[in-house]
Amino acid sequence: MSDLPTDLYYASSHEWARLDDDGLITVGITDHAQEALGDLVFVETPSLDSSVEAGDACAVVESVKAASDIFAPVAGVIVDANGRLTDEPELVNTDPYGDGWIMRIKPEEPDLIEELMSAEDYEHMLAAEEED
Amino acid sequence: MRQDQLIFDEGRPGRRARGQAPSEPVDTGDLPAESLRTTPPILPEVSELQVVRHYTRLSQKNFSIDTQFYPLGSCTMKYNPRAGNALAMLPGFLDRHPWAATAQSQGYLACVHELQDMLRDVTGLAGVSLTPMAGAQGEFAGVAMIRAYHRARGDHGRTEILVPDAAHGTNPATAVMCGYKVRELPTDGEGDVDLQALREAVGPRTAGIMLTNPSTLGVFERRIRQMADIVHEAGGLLYYDGANLNAILGKSRPGDMGFDVIHINLHKTFSTPHGGGGPGAGAIGASERLLPYLPIPMAGRDENGYRWLTEVDCPHSIGRLSAFMGNAGVILRAYVYARMLGAEGMVRVAEFATLNANYLMTRLRAEGFQVWFPQRRASHEFIISLKREAKELNVTAMDVAKRLLDYGYHAPTAYFPLLVPECLLIEPTETETREELDGFIAALVAIRQEARRDPELVRSAPHDLPVRRLDEVRAARELDLCWTPD
Amino acid sequence: MPFIPHTEDDIRDMLAAIGVGDVESLFDEIPDGLRSGRLPPMLPALQEMQVTRLMHERATRDLVGPCFIGAGAYRHHVPAAVWQLATRGEFYSAYTPYQAEASQGTLQLIYEYQSMMCGLMAMDVSNASLYDGASGLGEAMLMAVRANQRVRSGRILVADSLHPVYRRVAETVVGNQGVILESLPLDAGSGVVDTAALGAIDDVVAVVIPQPNFFGRLEDVDRLVDWAHGGGALVIGVVNPLAMALLKPPGEWGEAGADIACGDGQPLGVPLSSGGPYYGFLCCRRSMVRRMPGRIVGRTVDLDGRTGYTLTLQAREQHIRRSRATSNICTNQGLVVTASTIHMALLGAEGLRRVAATCHARTRELTAALSTLPGVAPLHAGPCFHERALDLGQPAAPVLERLAARGILGGYALGQHDPALGDAILVCATECIEASDIAAYRDALAESLQEAA
Repeated sequence: MSDLPTDLYYASSHEWARLDDDGLITVGITDHAQEALGDLVFVETPSLDSSVEAGDACAVVESVKAASDIFAPVAGVIVDANGRLTDEPELVNTDPYGDGWIMRIKPEEPDLIEELMSAEDYEHMLAAEEED
Repeated sequence: MRQDQLIFDEGRPGRRARGQAPSEPVDTGDLPAESLRTTPPILPEVSELQVVRHYTRLSQKNFSIDTQFYPLGSCTMKYNPRAGNALAMLPGFLDRHPWAATAQSQGYLACVHELQDMLRDVTGLAGVSLTPMAGAQGEFAGVAMIRAYHRARGDHGRTEILVPDAAHGTNPATAVMCGYKVRELPTDGEGDVDLQALREAVGPRTAGIMLTNPSTLGVFERRIRQMADIVHEAGGLLYYDGANLNAILGKSRPGDMGFDVIHINLHKTFSTPHGGGGPGAGAIGASERLLPYLPIPMAGRDENGYRWLTEVDCPHSIGRLSAFMGNAGVILRAYVYARMLGAEGMVRVAEFATLNANYLMTRLRAEGFQVWFPQRRASHEFIISLKREAKELNVTAMDVAKRLLDYGYHAPTAYFPLLVPECLLIEPTETETREELDGFIAALVAIRQEARRDPELVRSAPHDLPVRRLDEVRAARELDLCWTPD
Repeated sequence: MPFIPHTEDDIRDMLAAIGVGDVESLFDEIPDGLRSGRLPPMLPALQEMQVTRLMHERATRDLVGPCFIGAGAYRHHVPAAVWQLATRGEFYSAYTPYQAEASQGTLQLIYEYQSMMCGLMAMDVSNASLYDGASGLGEAMLMAVRANQRVRSGRILVADSLHPVYRRVAETVVGNQGVILESLPLDAGSGVVDTAALGAIDDVVAVVIPQPNFFGRLEDVDRLVDWAHGGGALVIGVVNPLAMALLKPPGEWGEAGADIACGDGQPLGVPLSSGGPYYGFLCCRRSMVRRMPGRIVGRTVDLDGRTGYTLTLQAREQHIRRSRATSNICTNQGLVVTASTIHMALLGAEGLRRVAATCHARTRELTAALSTLPGVAPLHAGPCFHERALDLGQPAAPVLERLAARGILGGYALGQHDPALGDAILVCATECIEASDIAAYRDALAESLQEAA
């Protein structure tokens, strides 16, 4: 079973989100997602200062066999992107919740993060998908 | 096997094939110094024998139709008659300049004109242009024609192209290149497009639909006439992707099904070679209402003989797709093939491609492989799924595909269509003997036994090829796309 | 059934295995009304011997004497080894190298091709080919739009000295995606872009610069590149690859070099062949590689650490990215690239340089010889590579017809694209043209001009 920190929020499209002390939301992809994609070879980080709605595609992760969009879990402005991923896309595989973070969003309404799934809900969703 | 160096590594400074370039000293004449190259390009410095030996050896590292059974689904890897190559390379054709005057082009134009007519008749459309240089360019031309048609009628609200979810990736990519949004249609459990979903999807925004029939799932779209009616009633047009035309050539005509525009991959159905990735030719056929938009140039005929039809004759054409007139050499090879077949031979293509596919499917099913649509007839191809093997033995479709290479068979198409897990799409074509099909069945059975006995043997295949599995992750992460001297 | 191996026994046994009575039953899922009873009458089927005779007759009908037409397709010597090797069955009848282990021959060859093109163009990366030079330019424009993210206008400036058909084809390719092609005007007297008239540019995606240009003239590429870059535009160089063995390559133009180089590979080992198959090449800076259309081969290692080659960066392509791919292209011009790679290996840098220089010398001899005739004069002053526009002093089209009747393909009528040039032709002489051909042309032209006058 993949790793699922309980202090994070999860989107059905397999991103995680964390509300940090500075009021920004850090976003990455889940351990389950990186495992399904396989070794990443490229991460197209989002353009800074762009406004996004929740659900907007704003970054892309690529493995040798797939290209997958990363969707903004909350609305806001993208204020930071993980520059290390340009040269080290494998960080998403090795440390999806840490050094493999993808972007930071200044949310319009920080509270809306709570509309995302908890670790438990996300785990149920994965279990249901597995059964299909 | 010995590892071959790059041609660059085989060179030595000052060595060259002296018989091949003019012997006179270089005189740059009136070319100004600032326009000249100051350092020579890095190219091999090798002898003629070194070149011949190097590339002969490289060729021997390829699988090909001439050397192996090549049941690559959706690619129609059938015998490419040698006559087509020999005759397309006659000096009169090879030395003909594309801008040569009409009077010096009658031989070539006659071939183009006759092939246009034969393709028109075998597909049931109203006219054909041979200019597109590959299937994807034919697709582009077809969708651009649909767009030109709606525009000419002032119908500017049509912004969507419908594409079944099982479609080849070129379909959505093409729609976008033509400025359309793509709307996907689901497939039902028997492999047909979901008609109800189609009814709900069509409307005033529908420009058209792109369909392959038989579909990429290897089955005939049985309700094609109803689909055509639904799309036409909504004001949209139907595009036929000819990737699988080999299945029905002469047996059922896209024009009769209600398609408005089609492309034909001459490098599949008309047996011109794939050449390790091309060149192809994506001849395009149009119904009466799309005729004015066909890409130029085309061959026409009047009382003075054959001539090119250009902007002057076809003012509404979507335009030119190549600097000249498409892949002429491919067109000539297809012409030779079509002439050797005639109408009766074309129908035989579909019949024997279908016979071989159904035989292979029935036999594999009897051997216990999971045929994905067991209740359906195979078209010229069919799908088996190795989902069960993947789960029970931890041996994937890719592993089996790679192990087939060790047995001397090219692998079928793997993991396409995307809808079917662990799938192999198998297309034997009509030019294979029954013995070849039986050998392939035996190989699949043997590999499954190996997977039970020694799964690692299959998982780590191939073992007997010039290289073992390649590190694709490294290839993409540490890009090495160009040789540079140390 | 020329290529179908089935015996009567095979057919019977196979139908029995399937469990149907006849072949027709295999088509029972096709609705009755859609199963054609029979096809309309078609040309009769021929045996190989018969079709061979027919094709010989037709090919012979199109044979002519020396060819002085260029205008985008050039007759060069192609070593015998080139197409003998390229049409070996293992190259000729292989598919796209998706199964890398079974395609190392084609893959290594493409890697070598990419390296050779990078060398010739002085660029970082090359793809594995596009259809031809003209459609490849359209793809290069779409690539520039993706790559130049600072500019959203879709405006691309195209030098009026570009081959007019290239421009038309590019328009077909990019026309439905909001790309706007604008003209970079020509100085009529010199036949090159008027660099004196260059104003400041702003909000332009890219500038398209041909070298040599349609008239064979050399553009001031250094100045044009610096000007374009100064205005925030990318530069797409459209070049004759053979000329790049002699002339400054796109990667060295101006301060920073062109961003994209493209063109038609035909002069590198591909016969005229009535216009195709040729191939389009496309090179760019390393930083733009992910914006590139088409296949790319990379070098890597296998499980045992042995060097091997594989298609890479496939996530750009239609079979993975579908509607968001960099292009819809899949089949390219692989076999022609195979021939071209062998050609480049045989000629090498020195061989190509000699061919290019000899073409240049022959064209100077040709235009000097023709210009001795009354009324005939070069249209533009200044150096050309291996083509030059000549003013014949009278309508050109009828003159070319009379030349053709004498067995000489005398050139390309420029009036087809610009009525103001109705008296002018574009002539070309490659290394295949000998002094006697030039003399024959001069004599035939003298007669043809007199007949008209």
